[in-house]
Amino acid sequence: MSQPKSSPAQVAHPSSPGILRQILSFSTDHKTIGLQYFFLSLIAVLLGMALSLIMRLHIIWPQLRIPLLGEIKPETYLAFMTMHGTLMVFFVLSTAPQSGFGNLLLPSQIGAKQMAFPVLNMLSLWTTVVSFVVMLAALFVTGGAPISGWTQYPPLSAIEAAAPGNGLGMDLWIVSIAVFCFASLMGAINFLATTLRLRAKGMSLMRMPLTVWSWFVTSMLILLSFSVLLAAVLLLFSDRHWGTSFYLPAGLVVNGIAIATKNAGGSPLLWQHLFWFFGHPEVYIAILPGMGVTSHLISTFSRKRVFAYRAMVYSMLSIGVLGFLVWGHHMFVAGMNPNYVMAFSTLTLVIAVPSGVKTINWLGTLWGGRIRFTTPLLFSVGFISLFITGGLTGPILAQPEVDRYLHDTYFVVAHFHMIMGMAGVFALFAATYFWFPKMFADRLMNESFGRIHFWMTFIGAYATFLPMHFLGMAGHPRRYSQIQGSAEYIQKLLPLQTFITVWAIVLITAQLVFLFNFFRSMRLGKFSGANPWDSTTLEWAVPKPGQKIVVNHGPYEFGDFQSSGSQRDFVMQSDSPFLTSNPSDTRP
Amino acid sequence: MSKSSSTISHGTKEAEPKLGGRGPSVPPIVGWGGDDWDNRPQGRRGPRERLHRYRLGIGLALVSIFIIFIALTSAYIVRMGTGHVDTITGDYIVDWKPLTLPGILWVNTILLIVSSVSMEFARRQVFREPLVTEEWLGMGTPTRTASLPWLGTTLVLGSAFLIGQVFAWRELYSRGVFLATNPSSSFFFMLTGAHAIHLTGGMVALMWAATVGIMARPLETRQIATDVSAWYWHAMGALWVYIFILLRFVR
Ligand code: HEM
Ligand SMILES: [Cu+2]
Repeated sequence: MSQPKSSPAQVAHPSSPGILRQILSFSTDHKTIGLQYFFLSLIAVLLGMALSLIMRLHIIWPQLRIPLLGEIKPETYLAFMTMHGTLMVFFVLSTAPQSGFGNLLLPSQIGAKQMAFPVLNMLSLWTTVVSFVVMLAALFVTGGAPISGWTQYPPLSAIEAAAPGNGLGMDLWIVSIAVFCFASLMGAINFLATTLRLRAKGMSLMRMPLTVWSWFVTSMLILLSFSVLLAAVLLLFSDRHWGTSFYLPAGLVVNGIAIATKNAGGSPLLWQHLFWFFGHPEVYIAILPGMGVTSHLISTFSRKRVFAYRAMVYSMLSIGVLGFLVWGHHMFVAGMNPNYVMAFSTLTLVIAVPSGVKTINWLGTLWGGRIRFTTPLLFSVGFISLFITGGLTGPILAQPEVDRYLHDTYFVVAHFHMIMGMAGVFALFAATYFWFPKMFADRLMNESFGRIHFWMTFIGAYATFLPMHFLGMAGHPRRYSQIQGSAEYIQKLLPLQTFITVWAIVLITAQLVFLFNFFRSMRLGKFSGANPWDSTTLEWAVPKPGQKIVVNHGPYEFGDFQSSGSQRDFVMQSDSPFLTSNPSDTRP
Repeated sequence: MSKSSSTISHGTKEAEPKLGGRGPSVPPIVGWGGDDWDNRPQGRRGPRERLHRYRLGIGLALVSIFIIFIALTSAYIVRMGTGHVDTITGDYIVDWKPLTLPGILWVNTILLIVSSVSMEFARRQVFREPLVTEEWLGMGTPTRTASLPWLGTTLVLGSAFLIGQVFAWRELYSRGVFLATNPSSSFFFMLTGAHAIHLTGGMVALMWAATVGIMARPLETRQIATDVSAWYWHAMGALWVYIFILLRFVR
């Protein structure tokens, strides 16, 4: 086995202490900022995972005392659940795939030296850090974190007396999310301007890697949806502190206390509309970059062009547009005009079309490819698998009559953990294994550990979240901390809950393998050389000093280039225009 | 493992990684006097490259700002028409009370529109061909002297608008109308308050443009500062007109 030797240039790369200094610096360099986002998300995901472990343990073992935490009361469970959801949705899946890998790679992939507004980029990062710190603070203030879930439905979230966490903790949540919105908006502006203005010569829109397309569409979604969330939390804050009643109806009684509101006609539904107008695009913000990564890696490791590149682009765009028209599917049981229910249900089913197009194109790309089974490919295939499994329950939940039963049960928990949680995380893993050399001085992660990590995570993910469908079908409510002492039909589900917890522990343990591999490879990983995966895109191209990058090829030119004198089975985007594939090579 | 090592081997084969394959590289395209802006792929792509980039940035920021107000508007319109059923009498009650706007808002509106005009003058001055040419020829910085007074005027008018808004709020207070009084007043204060905050941001941008001008920074920087704050200012003016029409005519 040939070990790539380190060239003199590589020796000069920063070592681990250098990385720490890099992460704590106020740099305006896009790669550093990408890394900083990545580590922010890493901290968030570890915390979110720890919280999920506590929740899972508590469900089957309520008497368990966890050191430092003491007794877990129902409201503690709900507070942890809220923080788990918030950390995972905002600080992991809206941060790492977009801001993390986007910053790391977007300029490199389009042949720009920097983002369009480097200083603004640094500001977005540190604003996100501030938002993160404020969010964590909510765990430590008196009363603890809010308990109304990451969706924070009023009236409970608007009323201090409703729960212990609804005092300062809730305010910190609101402030943190507002700051997060602001940071994300700045980031999105930067991504859009960079993609539109700083592409290298020859990098036409239809030559952009699908990763770039996915960051581009995601940025548009952020721009259009986070502003709405900002408006929504502003009104919520006003209801809490300035005596307005945007969301507060008359005649509220909470915990036996009558809540006086100045005006009678406020509507909790208003929040739901505003929140889900943001919330549904948000799930695409979480998953679109993962789709981009998957398309990219599937093509690279099948040594084939992306099947129907244009269809991939257009399906992403149509998912982006349709994503704004379906928010009502979260509100079927909230009370809505039946005609709207019909419309939202139908439009939701329509989204299955572009999603199906993407899935079929991934499979089409794999089909007949000369597949290289590397860890990044395994995780990409895992992504497709989870996306299908989670995606199939989407159209089920989109049936208003079915949703009436399944709403607020574990079925929903299963659905979104499959399609958003696990699929999103799988794409992140794939990206980490694949672009590790770009993050840490041309080093690669270990493949054997990678495979162990993949199989444990893949089996763990299914074993943890698939049974939750059955819990939901049996009517087990979501956001529910106590099984003992509850209704009999729920108590009967304890064995299944125990099974899930055991597998959740396996799933979480698997991540230790990843962490070990990750930190070990930072110092000891094999050197990758310039282009370890025989990839085509510009981040792997090494121009000679002073040489300008000019793009001459599409992003996924794999095939037979012998006739034009190349021994390789791919051309890089910046390769000479005279390299063309063999006309007899008929693979798509 | 054999598979992974074969994927990695590419890096070893090419000890010194090259751009491009075996084919000849693209011949350089040489333009006249280095002004072939098209061939500067990674750097500048023309004298206005930076300006256009900043314009795009501010345009996108404005999109997101407008969406905040669209969200508030839709809430406004829905709230206006909804009521609740009184649990005791069974009556359907719509509690929205139309708000009579303070008259001073008309004055403020005119002030803001005029300020937009003066801002446009400031913006045009930094791009005026004869003045820019003089600067290129090293004959002083005439665009500054031409644009700074207009910038100052805009700042004064903008401050007058903000002070006028404060007067409008005070008038409502004196009528006993506060943020929480009625849904209509809640929305009034939310919309006008959010607009005032955004306009204050515009004032900061104007001061930045003025500072850049006073400090005689390079022409391009002055052009960008003035141009970008001008577009932001116009948008805030338009936004105000929209809010005013909404509050005045959709009650
Ligand atoms: C280590 C794997 C994970 C485990 C074991 C886990 C477990 C849980 C549990 C037990 C709940 C509470 C369910 C309830 O009582 O209703 C929950 C809720 C949630 N999880 Fe996870 N989770 C994991 C990963 C993720 C990831 C990666 C995401 C990213 C999207 C995520 C997003 C959420 C959300 C949004 C909620 C809902 C919170 C709410 O109801 O407000 N989870 N999870
Ligand atoms: Cu949705």
